[in-house]
Amino acid sequence: MSSSTLVSVATVVGLSIQEGVRRRVFLAVLVLTVAFLTLYALGAHFAFRDVDQFAAGDSGILDSRAFTGATLFGLAMFATLFLGTVLAIFLTLGVVRGDAETGLLQPIVVRPIGRTTLLLARFAGAALLSAAYVVAVYLAALAITALAGDWSPDHLLGPALALALGVAILAALSLLASTALSLTAQGIVVFMVFGGGLTAGLLAQIGNAINSDSLHTIGRVASWALPFEGLYAAGLHALISNTSGLTGVVLQLGPFGGSEAAGPGLIAWAVVYLAGVLALAAVVFSRRDL
Amino acid sequence: MNEPPVLAVTELRKAYRGQEALAGVDLRIGPGEVVGLLGPNGAGKSTLTKIACGLVRPSSGRVEVLGQRAGSPPARAALGYLAELFRFPGWCTATELLRLHQRLAGSPGGAGERHELLRMVGLADAAEKRVEAMSKGMQQRLGIAQALVGSPRLLLLDEPTSALDPVGRRIIRQLLQEVRGRGVSVLLNSHLLTEVELVCDRVAIIARGRLVRAGTAAELEGAAAVEVELESGLRVFEGATREDAPRIVADLVAAGERVYRVEVRHSSLEDVYLEAVGGETG
Repeated sequence: MSSSTLVSVATVVGLSIQEGVRRRVFLAVLVLTVAFLTLYALGAHFAFRDVDQFAAGDSGILDSRAFTGATLFGLAMFATLFLGTVLAIFLTLGVVRGDAETGLLQPIVVRPIGRTTLLLARFAGAALLSAAYVVAVYLAALAITALAGDWSPDHLLGPALALALGVAILAALSLLASTALSLTAQGIVVFMVFGGGLTAGLLAQIGNAINSDSLHTIGRVASWALPFEGLYAAGLHALISNTSGLTGVVLQLGPFGGSEAAGPGLIAWAVVYLAGVLALAAVVFSRRDL
Repeated sequence: MNEPPVLAVTELRKAYRGQEALAGVDLRIGPGEVVGLLGPNGAGKSTLTKIACGLVRPSSGRVEVLGQRAGSPPARAALGYLAELFRFPGWCTATELLRLHQRLAGSPGGAGERHELLRMVGLADAAEKRVEAMSKGMQQRLGIAQALVGSPRLLLLDEPTSALDPVGRRIIRQLLQEVRGRGVSVLLNSHLLTEVELVCDRVAIIARGRLVRAGTAAELEGAAAVEVELESGLRVFEGATREDAPRIVADLVAAGERVYRVEVRHSSLEDVYLEAVGGETG
């Protein structure tokens, strides 16, 4: 890659960040994040306090602190993925068709940077910011949980990386949608894909709980078709992968538990999937009349 | 060795879902030449311009910028473009916008180039003004400054004066003369015949996707008739030119006519345009 191309890429990434800042996307996300973390801190404080009173006389079959910590932190993982998805979608909203319709795109596309490089630079800007955001919120929630209940997940880094890769995939899907759909349709479609993926994940979990092979298969297929869900589920699993006994079993059945480990296959597939979505977006964009 | 034309359009065709927008257009623009592209709405002017800068893919035919395929990186590096419908980020100041395009164009011009371009379009005092606070006319002039970033060899302007008041139009006319003086070639799409007549070296009229007339304004506006007032009444010699007038008068006098007045009638660019497009409007 030539130095002039690198300058152009850095310029477009910078433009994505500046747009986010100037359009107050970050401000809105920051306010939502502070609100979420505040509520989470309050919730964690009361949950650990009350579960201590509740569990004071039990026989120790269920590790109430691990149960509470993993459930709360699973909830935090879900909220983090949701907020990260909102950010990824807003940072990629209308970047191709939407901007072409308003005339924002054409002055940039006629520059020597090239459409594929421009698209990849826009993706890099959105994916880096969204991934950094989810990791930061994850770490904040981790710290709150540790302070409130003296509990930490079995694996610290894996779930954070799974969330980061998950929002990068959502940013790529959103970018692909922006090459063909109008601004509103893009937002609706990507949120529906996000919701569909999570619903499929819940189906897989229910299938696992009631020992239904069909439901479990549906969930697994959906996880591979929409690997952000598979990564999220694997992240949830990593939180409690070393928790054994009844506590581990109950957590795996819960809405914020995960029964499927990531494995190298899922990670490799997620990376290939991401590259495939970006390649498809680049092909559609390169063939589009502006 | 002969330098290739700055813009060479050969047998260019473009169809949108079966609808033919361009039906075999040929056009050449030489170095430092300003060519006006006229035609009714939907005639194919914007499509031609967009193909030249790589925004639209042709169905067939060839477009080259300085010998390079239109849309290729070297071709894009050689041109500046202002679309008919454009928008810049509202939060950008004029300086920030030009700096952004300098980076994308790989221009080493720095602050000097930015000041010079803003001066040329009459926005020297608005360097730190945000786009969202500018009038449409100011944004259009900023758009022209943006198109000139990196000293392009070819400037493609699609209706660049549509939102400008008379003062703004004069600024752009002067600017076009200045860039022509620097050897920059310009393809100017416009509905404003007077504008085109004042600044363009050549005019091309496009209708229904075809180039129907091309030439200098003087060539296109050639004499349409010689009108002679005689004792017996008014006689009009259609198609006769100024050079034919002495012979016509001599023949009439020789035939015993008394000649009171002779007038060579010219067709205006508007007449030529209306005749060429057949009264079509978009």
